[in-house]
Amino acid sequence: MHEMSIALSLCDLAAREAEKAQATKINEVEIEVGDLAGILIESLDFCFGIAAKSTIVNGAKLKIIRIPAKGTCLDCGSNFTVREMFARCPDCDSFKVRIDQGKDLRIRSINVD
Amino acid sequence: MCDTCGCGQPEDAVTIQRPGQNKSVSPPEHDRGHSHDHTHHHDHDHSHGRIIQVESDILAENNLRAARNRGYLEAKHIFALNLVSSPGSGKTTIVEETIRQLHSEIPVTVIEGDQQSMRDANRIDATGVPVVQVNTGTGCHLDADMIHRAMDELNPPEHSLLIIENVGNLVCPALFDLGEAHKVVIISVTEGDDKPHKYPTMFDAADLCIINKTDLLPYVDFDTERCKQFALEVNHHLQFFEISAKTGEGVDAWISWVKQQI
Repeated sequence: MHEMSIALSLCDLAAREAEKAQATKINEVEIEVGDLAGILIESLDFCFGIAAKSTIVNGAKLKIIRIPAKGTCLDCGSNFTVREMFARCPDCDSFKVRIDQGKDLRIRSINVD
Repeated sequence: MCDTCGCGQPEDAVTIQRPGQNKSVSPPEHDRGHSHDHTHHHDHDHSHGRIIQVESDILAENNLRAARNRGYLEAKHIFALNLVSSPGSGKTTIVEETIRQLHSEIPVTVIEGDQQSMRDANRIDATGVPVVQVNTGTGCHLDADMIHRAMDELNPPEHSLLIIENVGNLVCPALFDLGEAHKVVIISVTEGDDKPHKYPTMFDAADLCIINKTDLLPYVDFDTERCKQFALEVNHHLQFFEISAKTGEGVDAWISWVKQQI
């Protein structure tokens, strides 16, 4: 359910940027969502449509770029792709893993007229 | 960041009040400027347009407000804890027990978060410490702006402990920094020892984990060591406290940890 708050923040940000650029319409909002960001993509997409209503963002397409999660083992230094928060090092089996990438929740760009 | 979705809940649905106060709504600082007009059309014709690079965290606004809260708290030497868990893990009982053991030595204030009702604030009020209740309406978490407004009302003293009891929800509050020093995740032994794997985002976001209701261990199939192992697999920095807020068992270790921080 927090996807609605995220969608509202996203629309606020996009609208502010569009205003700065003196745009009349936003065609597309491009965002990056990490695999471990804690966001349900379908829910965010649904909420975006509602949050955009009656704002300049209304009708804009939401383009979502998934960012794969990557981690480093703090015991053996191995680098690998992480699929879960409870990541285990594939080389030494350690759970002391630092997540380096994959918690991203960023707006990359907007396409405006 | 309001939690209105534009579909029924009024913009000022979040209320912040002290026990015994008439419902007064302090308006949020922001002006979202969206109306609740549902006459719209979905026009998906795309032209080629201009690309504007934004490169900003979507939660930047909340994070900025949280940073402001954190600065305020640090300047006043207020140690703030954000208690997060599923509903029914015993958060409020832990807050009551913490107050009982600490408030003769350290000033304590409390911000209670729930969707509705003054029930928790009334319980804290009965202990004699200042408390404000944030009712989020239909919102599923507290955010930094709500805490800013609640602190305005509460005015916590210098060199004190501020306990924020978040809305009972093991998912959403994980993403919203409030400006606290630490998130404390609470799991009770009636919940199942595999929760850290099922809701890893919260265990990842927390620094401390309280395993509560240990007095019920003889009656439930909860394996404490297994739960801790699952939690450590998510977050190997987690520090644990095993307590029964009801009987007081294990609470000493928790209280002495809090004292050390202040």
